[in-house]
Amino acid sequence: MVDHEILLEVKDLHVSYGAIKAIKGISLYVKRGEVVTILGANGAGKTTTLRTISGLLKSTDGHIYFDKEDITTVPAHDIVGRGMSHSPEGRKVFGTLSVEENLHMGAYTLKTHDEETLGWIYKILPRLEERKKQLAGTLSGGEQQMLAIGRAIMSKPKLLILDEPSLGLAPVLVKGIFKAIKEISSTGVTVLIVEQNAKAALKLADRGYVLELGKITHEGTSEELLNSTVIQEAYLGKKKK
Amino acid sequence: MDIFLQQIVNGLTIGSLYALVALGYTMVYGVMKLINFAHGDLVALSAFAGLTIYTSIFADGGTSIIAVITVFMFTAAIIAVVGVLLERLAYRPLRTAPRLSAVVSALGAGLVIQNSIMLIWGPNMKIFPSDLFPSTIYDINGVVITFTQLMILIFSSVLMIALYLFINKTKIGTAIRAVAIDQDAAKLMGINVNKIIMIIFIIGSALGAVAGLFIGIYYRGITFDMGWMYGLNAFVAAIIGGIGNIPGAMFGGLMLGLFNALISGYISSAWAETFTFMLLIVVLIFRPTGILGEKVAEKV
Ligand SMILES: Nc1ncnc2c1ncn2[C@@H]1O[C@H](COP(=O)(O)OP(=O)(O)OP(=O)(O)O)[C@@H](O)[C@H]1O
Ligand SMILES: [Mg+2]
Repeated sequence: MVDHEILLEVKDLHVSYGAIKAIKGISLYVKRGEVVTILGANGAGKTTTLRTISGLLKSTDGHIYFDKEDITTVPAHDIVGRGMSHSPEGRKVFGTLSVEENLHMGAYTLKTHDEETLGWIYKILPRLEERKKQLAGTLSGGEQQMLAIGRAIMSKPKLLILDEPSLGLAPVLVKGIFKAIKEISSTGVTVLIVEQNAKAALKLADRGYVLELGKITHEGTSEELLNSTVIQEAYLGKKKK
Repeated sequence: MDIFLQQIVNGLTIGSLYALVALGYTMVYGVMKLINFAHGDLVALSAFAGLTIYTSIFADGGTSIIAVITVFMFTAAIIAVVGVLLERLAYRPLRTAPRLSAVVSALGAGLVIQNSIMLIWGPNMKIFPSDLFPSTIYDINGVVITFTQLMILIFSSVLMIALYLFINKTKIGTAIRAVAIDQDAAKLMGINVNKIIMIIFIIGSALGAVAGLFIGIYYRGITFDMGWMYGLNAFVAAIIGGIGNIPGAMFGGLMLGLFNALISGYISSAWAETFTFMLLIVVLIFRPTGILGEKVAEKV
């Protein structure tokens, strides 16, 4: 069955910063149409994992398969064209480009100007249309996050990778961001999301992985993880009864 | 008053040339945070290569528009290739190395180019023929503009407007600005950063090549080490305008040219360089990031 096919598979991945081993042999997979989350404390290696998957970092060992092809050594800019899009930690919008130009850069790999996707993004993130002529650097944090997500889906990705989309945002904005992600996922886009806000992430996701000091310590469906006492204590802020 | 207007014309002429060269410095800095110290020597190389092309292909002399256009196109193409090679050989291997390594490499590459010019064309001054452009002189109420000056003003304006539109209105131009802001984020858009850097070196070197040819045609005497002088002035112009900022380089070049011409006209050309650096210091005291530069400080 096509919709249960694996879109992304990471096998025994190792990543180092010089002598520091940040990722010590992790394996994970994401099926087509799924929403999968990676949870973990600060410094666990979540961002490192995502940056390696999208090609910004090169692994020292292991393999990454995307859409049935080995992309372990493919440069980041080529991976985008294959249907993977990564909205990085800290938003990283192009501050001195306008909102509209940022969105156009998101569609850089597409040959034609995609007015349809742009219209859809403006529909689910209406703030962006109001501000389209404004420089991205002058947007509020929440608006910048919306722009980062909008920019990432301009390339019509099969897989959307999100690194802490709710970082530093007020709860009311977080709600809006998660609503938009849900909307994107409902159109069939596969989502891999890293979040500090474990509860919200697990509510959204089908499955999850827990990363600790560069290793995966737990994995399961969202329900399993939400009900696990270990996860509840460590990531959901619940005390032992 | 005549002296004033005359020096304005002369200042805008040399200022346009500074601006064309300054664009090369500023574009490379904007994208790579690197001062391409070899850029001035590419300008000198262009003058020599252009002279050789002109005298060897059009040995019978005589002004023909086709001959001049051919020389410009050929030379710009050659210098663009040299610029791309320079980036591949001297800068790309050091992209992740400490900044100082790249600076030393840039200075070394400049010396290599300068010495190559000397080995190929010799240490003595070479003279450009006077017949590339007609020797027509326009006299407007006592202010004299030569045909060459007119060509410099028109051509550099056209090139600068074209560059401005390219950078601000096209997809590749926007990608160049994106790469200048954040290379990793640009890669995540699917932008090939190496390709953008190559484009930057092609454009910067070709603009420098045009300036080098105009310098040869305008001043006629060219020396193997002239790249230092023009390079330094253009570099100062780029800093005055705000390094990394494209309109800043244009503005800085024109401003420095005007300033130089007025100092030469009213005080003495011997003082021009001294005043250039005084201007630089004054600008940097009041605007440390240059007149149009704003986002530079955080990046350095
Ligand atoms: N550029 C780097 N150079 C050296 N070490 C790094 C670098 N980036 C990250 N690290 C180290 O790698 C480990 C994993 O970092 P990473 O950013 O992947 O964690 P994270 O799970 O995303 O954390 P956070 O929740 O704070 O974003 C950390 O110990 C970190 O100090
Ligand atoms: Mg992180």
